[in-house]
Amino acid sequence: MTDFTMKKDGEGIATIVWDTVGKSMNVMSIQGFADLSAHVDDALADDAVKGVIITSGKEGSFAGGMDLNVIAKMKEDAGDAPAKGLFEGTMEMHAVLRKIERAGMDPKTNKGGKPIACVMPGTSLGIGFELPLSCHRTFVANNPKAKIGFPEILVGIFPGAGGTTRLTRMLGAMAASPFLLQGKMVNPAKAKAAGLIDEVSDDPMSDARAWVLSEPKIVKPWDEKGYKMPGGTPFHPAGFMTFLGAAAMVHHQTQGAFPAAKALLSAVYEGSLVPFDTAIKIEARWFTNVLMNPSSEAMIRSLFINKEALEKGAVRPAGVPDQTVKKLGVLGAGMMGAGIALVSAQAGIEVVLIDRDQAAADKGKAYSAAYMDKGIARKKATPEKKEALLSLITATPDLDALKGCDLIIEAVFEDTAVKAEMTKKVEAVIPEDCIFASNTSTLPITELAKASSRNDQFIGIHFFSPVEKMLLVEIIKGKETGDRAVAKALDYVRQIRKTPIVVNDARFFYCNRCIIPYVNEGARMLTEGVAPALIDNAARQLGFPVGPIQLTDETSIDLGAKIARATKLAMGDDYPESPSDDLIFYLEAEGRLGRKSNAGFFDYDEKGKRLGYWKGLGEKYPLLEEQPDLVEVQERLMFSQVLEAVRALEEGVLEDIREGDVGAILAWGFAPWSGGPLSWLDIIGTPYAAERTAELAAKYGKRFETPALLKEMAEKNQTFYGRFAPAADKAA
Amino acid sequence: MTEAYIYDAVRTPRGKGRKDGSLHEVTAARLSAVALNALKERNGLEGHAVEDVIWGNVSQVGEQGACLARTAVLASNLDESIPGLSINRFCASGLEAVNVAANQVRGGAGNGYIAGGVESMSRVPMGSDGGAIAVDPSIAIDNYFVPQGISADIIATKYGFTRDQADAMAVESQRRAKAAWDAGHFNRSVVAVNDVNGLPILAYDEFMRPQTDMQSLGALKPSFQQMGETMPGFDKIAILKYPELERINHIHHAGNSSGIVDGAAAVLIGNKELGEQLGLKPRARIRATAKIGTDPTIMLTGPVPVTEKILRDNGMSIGDIDLFEVNEAFASVVMRFEQAFNVDHDKVNVNGGSMAMGHPLGATGAMILGTLMDELERSDKEVGLATLCIGSGMGAATIIERV
Repeated sequence: MTDFTMKKDGEGIATIVWDTVGKSMNVMSIQGFADLSAHVDDALADDAVKGVIITSGKEGSFAGGMDLNVIAKMKEDAGDAPAKGLFEGTMEMHAVLRKIERAGMDPKTNKGGKPIACVMPGTSLGIGFELPLSCHRTFVANNPKAKIGFPEILVGIFPGAGGTTRLTRMLGAMAASPFLLQGKMVNPAKAKAAGLIDEVSDDPMSDARAWVLSEPKIVKPWDEKGYKMPGGTPFHPAGFMTFLGAAAMVHHQTQGAFPAAKALLSAVYEGSLVPFDTAIKIEARWFTNVLMNPSSEAMIRSLFINKEALEKGAVRPAGVPDQTVKKLGVLGAGMMGAGIALVSAQAGIEVVLIDRDQAAADKGKAYSAAYMDKGIARKKATPEKKEALLSLITATPDLDALKGCDLIIEAVFEDTAVKAEMTKKVEAVIPEDCIFASNTSTLPITELAKASSRNDQFIGIHFFSPVEKMLLVEIIKGKETGDRAVAKALDYVRQIRKTPIVVNDARFFYCNRCIIPYVNEGARMLTEGVAPALIDNAARQLGFPVGPIQLTDETSIDLGAKIARATKLAMGDDYPESPSDDLIFYLEAEGRLGRKSNAGFFDYDEKGKRLGYWKGLGEKYPLLEEQPDLVEVQERLMFSQVLEAVRALEEGVLEDIREGDVGAILAWGFAPWSGGPLSWLDIIGTPYAAERTAELAAKYGKRFETPALLKEMAEKNQTFYGRFAPAADKAA
Repeated sequence: MTEAYIYDAVRTPRGKGRKDGSLHEVTAARLSAVALNALKERNGLEGHAVEDVIWGNVSQVGEQGACLARTAVLASNLDESIPGLSINRFCASGLEAVNVAANQVRGGAGNGYIAGGVESMSRVPMGSDGGAIAVDPSIAIDNYFVPQGISADIIATKYGFTRDQADAMAVESQRRAKAAWDAGHFNRSVVAVNDVNGLPILAYDEFMRPQTDMQSLGALKPSFQQMGETMPGFDKIAILKYPELERINHIHHAGNSSGIVDGAAAVLIGNKELGEQLGLKPRARIRATAKIGTDPTIMLTGPVPVTEKILRDNGMSIGDIDLFEVNEAFASVVMRFEQAFNVDHDKVNVNGGSMAMGHPLGATGAMILGTLMDELERSDKEVGLATLCIGSGMGAATIIERV
């Protein structure tokens, strides 16, 4: 079976239809390229063919992109010369697309050739947009839901089949940059306005046919004499400023941590100074360079392949029937409960939002109203949509309203007794088969489940704040939690379009278990006299959205103090004493509670704008004369989190390393370029990690001690993905 | 080893490097010729009197392109048998020309050289020659490229210099330059620029603003804040390189940075034989030369390591130097130099500097060396050091002593 078929008709048009077997959206493969190439050869050689139309056999879409396994395959097939394999494979793709673009024209005079149109029924992404760009004219169906663009940068690569070079030459470096560097995707109308496509049409096929038969001019501007790149090349005055700014902005926006953006910009810069055929060769060299970078491989694995696998139920218990949620009860209409109600109603789920009195419940519902109002102001929503959404949410203090719910999510005060009482009261009302979930972030699920008379139906569904923005949901299995509860939680998370991870019950579960030591390590360095800017900047340069000091101010100092006190109470003598607690308690006593009190590790003005680090801290903890190396600070910040991930795996809290990596990136922005904490260990190598943690432990304390698992893996020189990847994922 | 001596040093006055500057009408080749002709006439340089003209120049495009050094020789009254060598070490090009010439002499490659340089900043603006370091992503990003003004502000932030300190140094530079002109300290070196008919065009450093005071400087806005803090955000790159800094303190502005001007300077360098041939007495011996590369982001701290190097290599200490010329590219550059060596400002740039009189990039090194030699003679001191910070992170220095 082939993904490309061609039909020639009586009018002299050869129509090539792309229809990937067994997929709802087309994806490109190596065989696909070969088939496409053969059809193009045939059409160009056939005197009866006047022109060609390339289109999709899928309704509503042209193509979703490249089968990312192709990249792994090219690498693998090249044996011990993977760069050669990738470069040559990429150049073969260029050759096919360039053949389409040149379409048999005379290389010197540009005479001859056959018009090749691309008809796109809708979404055209990645290679699914690079192929159209190589055609002579693009006709896109008037389908406002379609997305057109290059999402490659979002998974750590860049458009490497000519998309980078062609779009830059079409639009200029400045105008192309949001599409290339930010992965901006737009609907057909916006794509036309931006110059990405030529035509938006209600009947793109007949328009394309008419165009093909009109003997149109087909030579691309960059193949004509006198072509000038829009906006100027780097050594024209305007172009100089563009490239100067672009290099600087890519540098600081990526904090120097993401190789793909720099490689992309290099391909653009170097390519803009040479003719097209040389430019695509340069593009292929940088593309290969990015693909050879372990960061790209890790990013593709975590952010594309494994994220999607988890969303599609990779860890869902087998054999449990569909558990789609129809009616959800949310207990507690505070910030978390209100957010949960919002995202659930957005997914079309009927929601009962409970709080102690009507006013409190209404306040929670008002959150959704305010959210939709913002959407309306930004023209992203309509008053009708707002009404439809609000009509799904019933705000009430009356527990009887929970009758008929098939899922409850409890988001009340973080107190075991309060939660237990709620559990009992609610279980008296809800159906027997209803699943009960707690959104606790700190209390053990197994403990909370004790209040339930159906503890196999009791589970943790841990949201992050703000609920509507955060992409991850952490599902926690208590000791007694049954498969149906897990399936329910997973099906619910899929309904609200977030990414789930499923972990076992242990203190702070998985995410907070890793975040808390990271934040504490930052605070601890402050007590040692490390400059606060150095700590936060070190974290930012690792690709974290904010540094640990700033993060503590944002989440509030008293929350940190509360967690420390509660943990100490729960752990008793086992609690590791830390100077970071002294610092947090000191700030709490000073009334510097963080951003919310306009004073914390930072000073703020009356409007809440951050002014700078609070100099007063230096009086209690004087700055070191000699500041530590950046790398030392970074390794302390990284290992404080990563070792917890290893311990979570070791202790069985994590059952699947994919969840450890995907969860870390989505929950707390763990260095996305690394692919996650376990991927990071694979990049630096377990032997180095074991050696370095042993040194850090000797210098800074037990918390850096090398976990037994890591030690063992270092001795055997193993990687996490080599040893722990689920079978299907090993190839990727 | 053969010794290299300075026999003479001349310079043109510095014209404002703008369209309304007095030297804007003068081509770079003609401006060069003014200095070359003066050197020829004052020292009787007939025929193949020197081996080469080594000519510093930064923006080597347009009329400064195609080996301006040779063009300048042909535009001057020097004999056509004297070739020309254009060189570019950014702001130190003029000093580097001297150093190269001196080392040619020391190495035995002929008896005499003319070294110097020119920059017509009004006619060939800074940056006209492009350059990859700022725009080629794989170079700019890997090297944390920021423009010089940001670098100057990084120095101020990292080493703790305030705007007031920088402004005070600028006011003092203006005061010293005015005093030096009034007292005739530049009479020996400055040659007026005249037109083709011999009519005067410019005879003094027109960039100077002797009325400058703290208040007038206080009104000036920082020049590099916008590009640092907003578009395209170079401060963030500075902080990537210097993560211990919380933010960059933007203290530099037009008043405490070097002025953009047009000008040329030429120095006659040779061994003992050259003096004997021409009947000239050497005025100073070039005792040592040095150059070095430094961190390209902070970029402008080069005078410190290159001075450390030149002293170390020659068994000298900072106390052996009686007078310093440290190019006033930005106030923080000079402040950092004085801080690093604990040198009193009374010994540095005593006749004012580039903040007051301007910095014609390719010429400045040769100009300040001439100023240093004149001042050693005038104040009857022995040893002087001239040094400049350099773009992309370099430093150059020369030590001279009277003979």
